[in-house]
Amino acid sequence: MAAETSGGAEVTRRGFLKWAWGAAGAVALAEGGLVTFRFFAPKVTEGEFGGEFDAGLADDYPPGSVTPFPNGRFYLVRQADGGFLALYRKCTHLGCAVPWDQAAGQFICPCHASAFEIDGDVINPPAPRPLDRFPITIEAGTIKVDTGTTIQRDHTRPDDAVYA
Amino acid sequence: MTVQDPRPESLPQRVWESVQRDELPPQDDRGRMRVVMNNLILHIHPSKVAKPTLKFTYTWGLGGLAILLMMILAVTGIMLMFVYTPTPERAYNDMLRLRTEIQFGQMIRNLHHWSGNLMVVVAFLHMLRVFFTGGYRPPREFNWVLGIALLLLVVAANFTGYLLPWDQLAYWAVTVGTSLLDYVPVIGPAISRLILGGPEVGAATLTNFYGLHVAIIPLMLMGIISFHIWRVRKDTLSIPRRLDEPPPNRVEKVTTLPHLVAIEFVFALVMIALILLWASWMDAPLEEAANPDHSPNPAKAAWYFMGLQELLLHFHPVFGAIVVPGLALGALAALPYLRFDSDAEGIWFRSRRGRVTAAVGALTGLVATPVLVLLDEYLLDLPALLPSLPTIISNGWVPLAILLLMLVLYYVFVRRAFGASACETRQSVFTLLVVSFVVLTVIGVAFRGEGMALMWPWEVM
Repeated sequence: MAAETSGGAEVTRRGFLKWAWGAAGAVALAEGGLVTFRFFAPKVTEGEFGGEFDAGLADDYPPGSVTPFPNGRFYLVRQADGGFLALYRKCTHLGCAVPWDQAAGQFICPCHASAFEIDGDVINPPAPRPLDRFPITIEAGTIKVDTGTTIQRDHTRPDDAVYA
Repeated sequence: MTVQDPRPESLPQRVWESVQRDELPPQDDRGRMRVVMNNLILHIHPSKVAKPTLKFTYTWGLGGLAILLMMILAVTGIMLMFVYTPTPERAYNDMLRLRTEIQFGQMIRNLHHWSGNLMVVVAFLHMLRVFFTGGYRPPREFNWVLGIALLLLVVAANFTGYLLPWDQLAYWAVTVGTSLLDYVPVIGPAISRLILGGPEVGAATLTNFYGLHVAIIPLMLMGIISFHIWRVRKDTLSIPRRLDEPPPNRVEKVTTLPHLVAIEFVFALVMIALILLWASWMDAPLEEAANPDHSPNPAKAAWYFMGLQELLLHFHPVFGAIVVPGLALGALAALPYLRFDSDAEGIWFRSRRGRVTAAVGALTGLVATPVLVLLDEYLLDLPALLPSLPTIISNGWVPLAILLLMLVLYYVFVRRAFGASACETRQSVFTLLVVSFVVLTVIGVAFRGEGMALMWPWEVM
């Protein structure tokens, strides 16, 4: 009868138990794996970085300026045309903190000499993509930067910038 | 009915004999073998060993030295655990306390630091010794694979320990090191987040690395080392042979005690003395406290990753960090499972021709690697030459294909020009790659200065 229901192959008691043990073992392993993974998963920390930042009034930033926000790990860039960008200071190559070089007018990474334009675009590899950015909202002339969301981009685009 | 106790010995003597069952010192070879067999520690050895394998210049005592370093690391590491707190607030301060407050604190830290670094070197040299004497051939294939696992674990132990002082060196080396993971397709970023415990190196990272460094990795190391040594005992050491010497059909055996144990003991004493001397004179480095706002220039990975970091300067990161090292590790693990076309176990560099072709490989690596580095640094700009392609192709697949093609040509050249066997040619390619890796490491450590620009070693400081 077993042969009929399983489409030809006879299921022996030994074979069935072997499968049952195997399946139970696999389930136990999966459970153990899930518990371990959940246990070690990074906790969402309510800190400064990862939250929303109030950067003050847009009018306080002159065009062509780069202002560091060390606690938020970002630079607030005001481009020459008045558009705002919040650039994550972490180098897209290997994660170093990229300082703004005022004299050169570039972000230059000390680790592997990657260089970025004021809008985050790559001037000099090895960085594989422009600096990541954080979303900006401007309400009633006040700038808010949400460091909880990192936006990766393969190329810079004009509509990356937000205007007051 | 009373029973007569057959042992007329005194009580203390009976207690001692319940602990040490065999007569000490043993009176004959039988007794010596029994002592080794019945002793918990000594029985990692067989009771008799082949006399030729005792020759120091065959093994160089490298496996044993790794065990010795492991013991020093365990003892000093456990001591350090009592005076160290893995939090960003206290970790660096504890380093300062080791230097100023805790008696012999700096000494213990130095011993731990230098033993850990020496361990990486010794494990690597041990691998080279086994390779160049053909010690990984059947039946020892799987023990070679275990050895590679151990090498990776040693590096992992060192890398997790690197973060613990929480100085600038530690913080940025680990930032750079873990960023490599982000380039693993699909699962990379998730793994990176998991071991960092967040988006960047921070308090959670320190906790994670501490747990890995003091518990998980040492336990894994101990387990696999036991397996590794047990296999050595089961399979015995390969027998050293001179050039053109046929495989021995009968090997003279001597008792492990005292012939092997005496050598190990003296070698261990000499090495302990040297390490103590070194640790008394050379302080483990400690820079300023970690500052997440400021990457030092240049920010370098740990020295054993500098070969990889040098690759990263020339390849798209996926290739520098993942594809090239992955291929190399895969080839390394597959090595003992390839077909052998010559019997050379126990002969340094296989044969006369093997020695010549290995030297050719070493020389090629020594010359070609700096030339390629300079070429790529100053003349060749592949992404600019191939502007229509994404850099993952122009700076990834293209140079990788070129290098692999060069290796194939080299393989064919060695086989044709020297009439070398597949084994000898493989050895030549292995030598070339190992020397290239060492040269890359040296370039990264000594010839890369500010902005990771090439410069002379005296300008790097």
